[in-house]
Formats: sequence, C-alpha cells, structure tokens
Amino acid sequence: MFNYILRRLLIALPSLLGISLVLFTVLALAPGDPFEDLANNPNVPAEVRMALRAQFGLDDPVWQRYLQWLSSMLQGNWGFSFVSRIDVDTLIWQRIPVTIAVIGLSQLLALLVALPVGVLAAIKPYSWFDRIASTLAFVGFSLPTFFTGILFILFFSIHLGWLPFVFRADISATGWEWWWEHFKQSIMPITVLGLFQGASWMRYVRSAVLDVIRLDYVTTARSKGLAERVVVIKHVVRNALIPVVTLVALQMPAVFGGAIVTEQIFRIPGIGSLLIDAILRNDTPVIMAVTFVFSCLVIFFNLVADVLYGWLDPRISYR
Amino acid sequence: MNPAAPSLSKPTTSVSPWAEAWRRFKRHRLAYWSLWVLGALVLAVLVGPLFYKVGINDIDFKARLASPTAGHLMGTDDLGRDILARMLYGGRISLSVGLAAMLMAVTVGVVIGSIAGMSRGWVDSVLMWVTDLFLSLPQLPLLLLLIFLFRDKLKSIFGLELGIFILIVMVIGGFRWMPVARLVRAQFFSLREKEFVEAARALGASVPRQVVRHILPNSLGPVIVAGTIDVAAAIIAESTLSFLGLGFPPDIPTWGRILYDGRDYMDMAVHWAMFPGMAIFITVLSINFIGDGLRDALDPRRVL
Repeated sequence: MFNYILRRLLIALPSLLGISLVLFTVLALAPGDPFEDLANNPNVPAEVRMALRAQFGLDDPVWQRYLQWLSSMLQGNWGFSFVSRIDVDTLIWQRIPVTIAVIGLSQLLALLVALPVGVLAAIKPYSWFDRIASTLAFVGFSLPTFFTGILFILFFSIHLGWLPFVFRADISATGWEWWWEHFKQSIMPITVLGLFQGASWMRYVRSAVLDVIRLDYVTTARSKGLAERVVVIKHVVRNALIPVVTLVALQMPAVFGGAIVTEQIFRIPGIGSLLIDAILRNDTPVIMAVTFVFSCLVIFFNLVADVLYGWLDPRISYR
Repeated sequence: MNPAAPSLSKPTTSVSPWAEAWRRFKRHRLAYWSLWVLGALVLAVLVGPLFYKVGINDIDFKARLASPTAGHLMGTDDLGRDILARMLYGGRISLSVGLAAMLMAVTVGVVIGSIAGMSRGWVDSVLMWVTDLFLSLPQLPLLLLLIFLFRDKLKSIFGLELGIFILIVMVIGGFRWMPVARLVRAQFFSLREKEFVEAARALGASVPRQVVRHILPNSLGPVIVAGTIDVAAAIIAESTLSFLGLGFPPDIPTWGRILYDGRDYMDMAVHWAMFPGMAIFITVLSINFIGDGLRDALDPRRVL
C-alpha cells in the first residue's frame, strides 16, 4: 500500500509541473507587462514594483523565468498582496481552512445523499422511487449553484428568517454557542454545494450498481443464502464504487468551481472569495497564488481518489 | 406506404438510422417534451424582440422595481428598465454562447481525438497526457484568470460586445473538449479494426478518407450526446462568469448578468432575480433531458 501511494505521488508530480507550465504560459502570453498597471497604482510604491520585477526576472530568457518562477512558488515565496499589504502565503493560510471545511463537509453530505439513494434506485430500477429520484437528480444538477444559493437565501433567510445569509468569521460567542452559530451559518452553503454534487453522484452510483447487480457473482452470493442486505452492501456496493471513484475524481475541478460561487454568494471568507476580490482589484500576486493553490488542491484530491481506488480494488493496488 | 394495410411481403426494413433514432427518442417522454420547451424558448428569444418592441435600456422612472404587470410582463429593475425585453436580448447571448462554445469544444475534441485514435505510439501518448492534464486543471479559477488577463486586449481589437463574446466562447470551449476527445479516441480504437474500414483500406482509401467517410460518421452518436450536454454546461459557465461580475459588462444583459444585478434587491423585487434564474434552470434542464433522450436513441447497444 505504501509503495502504491508513493508511486501515485510520483505520477502526480508531472501533472503539477504541467499545470505550473500552463499557468506560466498564460502569464507569459498575457498582453503587456503583468506589472504594468502597477505603475499607475498609487497604492504600490515604486520600490515594491522594482523588487517584483527583479524577483520575477522579467528581462531573462523564457525558460529561465519559468524555472525562477517555479522555484519561488515552491519555496512558498508567493509575493506580496497589493491590497491587503501582507504576504500572500499568510493571506492564503488564513483563508484556506474555511474553504477546506466547506468543501469537505459538502462532499460528505453529497456522499450521504447519493450513496443510499443511488443504491436503492438501482435495486428496483424503473420503480416509482427510482423514477422520482432520477428526475430529482436531473433537476438537482441542472440547477446552477448560484441560483440554488439565491433561492435558499430567499426562503430561509428572508422569508422565514431562520438562518443568517452572511457568513461571519468573527463570532464573539464561546463554547457551545460558538459551535451553534457556526453550524447555523454553514448549513446553507454546505447544502447548496452538497446537493448539487449529490445529484450527479447519485446517477453515477445508480448506473454503476445497475452494471454490477446483474453479474454472476451476485447471483452466487444470493444463492449461497446470504441476506439481501449483505449481498448489496458487501458484494455489490463495494465493486460498484470503483468506477464511481474515478468519475468523482474527474469532477473535482467542478467542485472547486462550485465552491468559488458558493463562497461568493454567502460571503464566506475562503480562498474562492479571495480570488474574486483579487481579480476585481487587480491584485496579481494573489490571483496567481490562489490559482496555483487550487491546482494543488485538485491534484491532492485526485491523489486521494487514487488511494481510495487502490483500497477498493485490490487488483490495482499491488500490481 | 399505407399504414392501414401493412403488407407482409414488404417489411418495413428500409427505416433509416435517423428515423429509428427519432422513434427511440420519442419514447423518452421527458426528452420529447423538453425538445418542445427548448424549441419554444429559442423561438421566443429569436422572434420575441421583433414583436415586443421595448428597448433594453429604456428607463421608466415611474415604474422602478415594479412587480410584473400588464405593462411590464416581467416587471422592471431598479432603473425602471423592462426585464422581459432584457431577458429576450440576454437569451440570445446566453444561448449563442452555449452553442458557439459547444461547437468549439466538439471541433477541438474531434480533431484531437481523431489524431490520437489514428496514430499509435508517442503522438497518442502525448495527446492523452495533455487531455488528462486539462482534465485536472481547476477550470473556474483559470477561466477567471484568462478573462482577467486578456479582457482589455480583445476589447480593444473586436469592440466591447464581440471581444468579450469571443473571449468567453474560446475560454469555455477550450476547457470542455477533453471528454469529446476521449470518446472519439475510444471509438476510433474499436472502429479502425472493423471489417468495413479494413475493406476501405484494402480498396486503397487514404487515411483522411477512411476517417472522414467511414470511421467518423460511425462514431458520431456519443459525440452528439456529449455536445448536447456541453451546451448546457457552457450556458452554466457563462452565467457563472456573469454572476461573479466577470462575464459580460453590465450594459449587455445576459441571463447571468441580470441575475447578478437582481441579487441585491431580493427582499424588494423577487421577480428580478427569479425570472433569469428560472430561464437558466429551464434551459439547462431541458437540454440535459434531451441529452439523456439522445443517449437512449443513439446507443446502438440499447434495445428499446
């Protein structure tokens, strides 16, 4: 298992390099000097601009610039935010826990919805439950997250007044009260993101279970006299999850896209809203760094999916 | 042929593949009705402005934030501009962005998938590595980054509206070709070993002719399905960009942009955000259903 994880890590390295290459190419192809508009920005002292120019080595040959950029990114030297006037890495480390918590919890919710509903729908295909669940799944992933978010705010915050619609990071309460406040303000973002993901996962789970449930070994398990529950959970679901994990890993970039939108709607102080703010204020170092962090997160979650894959499918892990 | 008197000597074997696909498609009730809904929407957006002659920027200060009435069927926004007129205009942009981005994604995907599918060895490996790389890129952050970097340049070349249109279509299309490329490559791998392609090869057909005349038409089914779903995805992507305030500028109303503007007035004028949101939702839902119906209709393995 350890060897497998190590091998996956080594495979992830070229993709990280590739992504950094794409990012750098985008920057290099961008019209004009990326720091040109700083000259007109009164917030930025001239010496900061010169230091940045020197740090990014804008006059060197392209490959040298790429290597320098990469090494400074890897050393955590991500520059200085023009707007917040602190180091970019400090800024990102402040914001990242919220993003990870929201994404993680919403994925958990998606899993808790998609797995049972998908399996139940596939066990009795074309039953009423299956029809209703499949139609709702279609509705679920056709509703864009920004619209669901608005509907939720309209109903639960404005109409019923149950939940706060602005996420506050500075809650003064302590102890249980603190947890309760955080729980209340996290419900809507997590539900919006989780239901959107859950809807498309439910369809993956359903079709994967449908593929597996007709196989001979399932009939064998039944004819051995195993209880239906055991057959489904131990024999069907585990094997059906193998293709699902692959599809979920492919969806990871979309999950982060959804997280950016959700953070923006509910004003959650995560790296997604940091990115939007930075773009609206032309804060170039922050934009580059956040995009890079998102890439790393996508690769990290792909790695997690690979490890899960190895655990679910022993044929792969020890090859 | 007279359907009332079917003759046994002349069985109806001459059904073309497209007629057969249409028959299968009609069996998917939701897809069939979605086709009508989408058709009505497209027609409204295309023909509507010809009959509904209210300007998108006509300001009516007497009716600011008005709820839907006979005068303004979808109400007005904070400047008293008619939302129905803006919705019809915005629908044209949203739908054409969806179509154009899909065409771009399918074209790139088919070209890359065909090259990878016909060539063995390192060309295939490199192309698939690039495809996998693009699949693991964080798309929305990169979309935002590209728009941030290239917006002003294209604006100055093509003008405001067209420049943003080209940029958004290129960027969305450029990030959605990967599934098509993979599908086409997989189809090519199985089709190029089939007997009819071998026969064409034996008759001396060149590689481009084998691809264009024999292999590509037979791998079109999954591409059509993927293309349909890409339209929905591109519409969502465009609305997301507009919703984040980074798509079309405020004076060009797309559905996402109207929703973004109406968001701050939700407690006073619910209709403002609700109509564009519903329009996006209904369009995307019906396109997704149509894609599902096409999958049933074009999958030759499925017996319906």
